[in-house]
Amino acid sequence: MKAALAALRHDRRALVGLVILGGFVLIALIGPLLVGDPTAQLALPLSPPSWDHPFGTTGQGQDVLAQTIAGARTSLLIGFSVGLAQVAIGALVGTTAGYLGGWVDDVLSQVVNVFLIMPGLPLMVIIAAYLPTGSTTIALVLILTGWAWSARVIRAQTLALREKDFVLAARVSGEGGVRVIVCEIMPNMTSLLASATIGATVYAIGAEVALEFLGLGDVTHVSWGTNLYWAANDSALLTEAWWTFVPTGTCVALVGFALALVNGALDQLGNPRLRSETAFVAEARRHGVDLGVSTPVLRKANDA
Amino acid sequence: MRYLARRLMLYLVAAWASLTLAFIVPRLMPGDPATAMFARFHGKLSPEAIDRLRATFGFTDAPLWDQYVTYLGNVLTGDLGVSVSYFPARVSDVITTGLAWTLFLTGFAVVLAWAIGTTLGIAAAWRRGRWIDTVAPPLLLFIGAFPFFWLAMLLLFVFGFTLGWTPVRHAYASHLTPEASLGFAWSVITHAFLPAITIVVATIGGWMLDMRNTMVGVLGEDYITLAHAKGLAPRRVMFRYAARNALLPNLTSFGMALGFVLSGSLLTEIVFSYPGQGYLLIQAVRSLDYPLIQGLFLTITFAVLAANLFVDLIYVWLDPRARTRSVA
Repeated sequence: MKAALAALRHDRRALVGLVILGGFVLIALIGPLLVGDPTAQLALPLSPPSWDHPFGTTGQGQDVLAQTIAGARTSLLIGFSVGLAQVAIGALVGTTAGYLGGWVDDVLSQVVNVFLIMPGLPLMVIIAAYLPTGSTTIALVLILTGWAWSARVIRAQTLALREKDFVLAARVSGEGGVRVIVCEIMPNMTSLLASATIGATVYAIGAEVALEFLGLGDVTHVSWGTNLYWAANDSALLTEAWWTFVPTGTCVALVGFALALVNGALDQLGNPRLRSETAFVAEARRHGVDLGVSTPVLRKANDA
Repeated sequence: MRYLARRLMLYLVAAWASLTLAFIVPRLMPGDPATAMFARFHGKLSPEAIDRLRATFGFTDAPLWDQYVTYLGNVLTGDLGVSVSYFPARVSDVITTGLAWTLFLTGFAVVLAWAIGTTLGIAAAWRRGRWIDTVAPPLLLFIGAFPFFWLAMLLLFVFGFTLGWTPVRHAYASHLTPEASLGFAWSVITHAFLPAITIVVATIGGWMLDMRNTMVGVLGEDYITLAHAKGLAPRRVMFRYAARNALLPNLTSFGMALGFVLSGSLLTEIVFSYPGQGYLLIQAVRSLDYPLIQGLFLTITFAVLAANLFVDLIYVWLDPRARTRSVA
């Protein structure tokens, strides 16, 4: 674990990702204390960015900066908790299916595949449209429609680990199924669990924003999704009020991009093949070799 | 053929699951579902209309099991009930008009994005470490991190409203009527241009990375080394040997990603007021047109299932291994 963190620190992409992410977490934690009530009507509706309101105001005369910061808190909270919940369910289903095999695996895999194949948005809309509006509904809907992705990868990894000698040794020594899964298998897929959580969080933030943009969330509660909902409802495009939707969208993308960067670095960490591939490409580039040729000659006879 | 049979089984289960979900979810509403649902329409709809809605939904006093059987019978015979916002139009008729536009826009954009993205992926894997491999993926990943509909808003704002280069809403100019003429076709193309570009720009990065990663794996195979050793032209090795084999796993992820891409394109339609399924969906949500929401959910889900089945058929046709033994 220590080595993993050290490796992450030396990866430039991961570093950039972590810095952006840290910044947003900080904003989400202390930002709302500094900017005051984001729903207060402070100035003329749709006034462009100025010194008083650096991001301008919304169609209701609210400060866009305050709304973006308050939105960060809601959206990140939903994103991360949904991400964690999805992976928790995915791990439960995935390890059970992978470890037990047989008919249990057949049934669970079929359920996972069904959830994977159903398009997410219509499913989310139909559930969210009937349940009472609010953040809890949104979170539940996102967990229900997204857990299958992590269940799938975790099952595959469990299948591979199940046959390893140390797992067999644990089973032969009489350890129970739950203990083998929790103490032997799970610790050996830490990087997979981390990357699944990040992937699920990216999905959750994007889907939360989309659902609330459709007006399926609580539109009186400030979040990134409702910011965009109000921007569209107050005809941001017709009035050319770009400042009402550009900040929020940029934040969503920055968080998603930062998470993707960290995820890429984690992938490389858990996959030695990718790591050596990077070293190989770097070495080949240093020698100016075209990698289309499959066996590049990196050292000529007279080099040595 | 076992492969195809297993996939077919999966689609049947998924179809049944979505049918059942559409039946159960309205009944999970707190309180008495039927009353809560139709209370909103009191005064707006005549009592007969409400009775018809109740009947098509199976919201009768019959036991739940009987309601379920009636509902399945109705849906399977194509009777999705009556729309509330387009009353008295039938849901199936409302959906049919929107379906053509969605298929046209999304189908075209997805195939285009996939073709460009895959070609870029081939180039990136072939020229690993060069600029196309180092600059393009993170850039496209960053663009892909924006919500689809937000990109749509931005493009619409810049090219539609500020620069005025493209039309800003609908599928064709309002003074035209659908006909087989050049003028109408041109209007359709100019109206579809910006929404299509949005979908292409948002999804291209994913296809590119997918293809690049499979292709890098294929490039390590012995038959590629052999092809080089035989002295074949690099272009031939790149397309006929490497890319061709990397396309197969790429095709399966194409099927998997279809649902996600479709969800995004539905949101894009909303921003452009493009009269497809997505636009109908938001109208249905805004006017609480539950029969229409349900119909759209079923249509879109079934369309994705059908598309996946189509991808599977192509896969079986392309890969002889899938024909002889089961491939997971």
